[in-house]
Amino acid sequence: MKAKKVLVKGVEAIALGALEADCKCYFGYPITPQNEIPELMARELPKRGGVFLQAESELAAINMVLGACATGVRAMTSSSSPGISLMCESFSYIAALELPAVIVNVMRGGPGLGGIEASQGDYFQAVKGSGHGDFHFMVLAPYNVQEAYELTVKAFEFAEKYRNPVMILSDAILGQMKEPLILKKLKIKKYPTDTWALTGAKGRPSRIIKSLFLDSKELKERNLKLYKKYQKMKEDVLFENLVNEEDEIVVVAFGSMARIAKEACLNLRKKGYKVGFFRPITLFPFPEKTIQDIIKGAKNQLKFVVAELNCGQMVEDVKLAVNGKAPVISLPYPPSVIPFPEELEKDIINV
Amino acid sequence: MKIELIISGFGGQGVLFAGNLIALSAMKEGYYVTYLPVYGPEMRGGTCNCTVIISENEIASPLISNPSFLIILNYPSFVKFIPNLKKEGIAIINSDLVKPEEFKNPKYLKKDYKLYFVPVTSLAESLYTPLLANLCAIGAFYQITKIFNKFTFKKALKEILGENKTHLLEPNLKAFELGAKYIKENYR
Repeated sequence: MKAKKVLVKGVEAIALGALEADCKCYFGYPITPQNEIPELMARELPKRGGVFLQAESELAAINMVLGACATGVRAMTSSSSPGISLMCESFSYIAALELPAVIVNVMRGGPGLGGIEASQGDYFQAVKGSGHGDFHFMVLAPYNVQEAYELTVKAFEFAEKYRNPVMILSDAILGQMKEPLILKKLKIKKYPTDTWALTGAKGRPSRIIKSLFLDSKELKERNLKLYKKYQKMKEDVLFENLVNEEDEIVVVAFGSMARIAKEACLNLRKKGYKVGFFRPITLFPFPEKTIQDIIKGAKNQLKFVVAELNCGQMVEDVKLAVNGKAPVISLPYPPSVIPFPEELEKDIINV
Repeated sequence: MKIELIISGFGGQGVLFAGNLIALSAMKEGYYVTYLPVYGPEMRGGTCNCTVIISENEIASPLISNPSFLIILNYPSFVKFIPNLKKEGIAIINSDLVKPEEFKNPKYLKKDYKLYFVPVTSLAESLYTPLLANLCAIGAFYQITKIFNKFTFKKALKEILGENKTHLLEPNLKAFELGAKYIKENYR
């Protein structure tokens, strides 16, 4: 049977992806611009034997996710920047407990209450670990509605595979725009949870999932275990690479900014400029090896240009990946001044 | 083929509904589409706009600075968007709220636009209610572009209205026909 094609918002695609991935629990608290996610989940989850619950606060919601995940059930929450900040303490606990939670951040402008304009200002918060302690999310950044759907499915798979929280980092433009979505029936990978999940100890020895290790040796081991896991995640790095050997400039962008940057790059190429385009899809782990390979394979001295809807955050990760072998220039666009492709073209040429 | 369309008018004139409907109809016709509602704190009675891109190829950016097609439902939108219209761009203008005299202003006459003045508000009023002005404008859009056929449009309209509002199908289709007819009779 041909897959159904629908016209939906980016946030609706995320909710549909979660349902496709057999997410059973949604806990959340409303905030613009992601309210279509709870709306759709509230309608659909009960029909599928799942649980939808609007919590009294973000803090309650994320701790409900923690509890549900500890039983091995696929659970998620979604929020936008200020709401995500309220959840940060529990993110640290979820990572420490190695629970496969999926968290969606549809970014809006900050800091503080900011505004409801699209922004990518939470890059650092998402990628560098947003609570205390030495931990990371795996971070996935879709750039169109189809990818929002498919990456949400992947998010649940990665979360279970690594027993680690996965964040989907989207933004207000991508969340609110409508695009055709092909509702592909995807093959959903499931990883065993019965070796660790808390499902009642009847007929087996009891288990404990905890984050307190007063024994310093144990704590060290726990941290090293997490570190090894983050290293292993590099197997699943995702990216889109449109860089040719002859290129002189590589434009790096993610999320909705990548759409604008991609159009600008393709236009510049038509005009004869040697401009390549690179889009990290996993922001953590960052595709640093691919960037190094791009530099090795280049025939000309490269220049990296990092365009973001913030004052320059991902540029730091690009600099680390480039490791001094090429100049890295930041093109910052703080919230509310989302550039048109033509403006970005001019800015790239000026560089 | 690529249509970069901005629809703009007062909040409540059905700007977003119209954008969604055009995008869905074009999608059902097999085109790539994006639909981006204006995003920000808006209020009833304020201006409101949305961007629809329809293309044979994949669409990179959902944002456009210079539309090739405009549907203008009120005067503030006219002042805001007409100067950005592309060379040889097309505009459907609600002549109930924007008078053709406004074009005496040379600022708006600098390019070779193709303008269609359609009194969508009074056309809709002649049917039932001015609320259908947006459908009259879509009718005009259909007649000018023929980007989707009527059958596809009807399917899209049915889908958007949903099961609870099937009684609105007929008045909406009538308004659509009226807009199309106006273009047929008054232009070309």
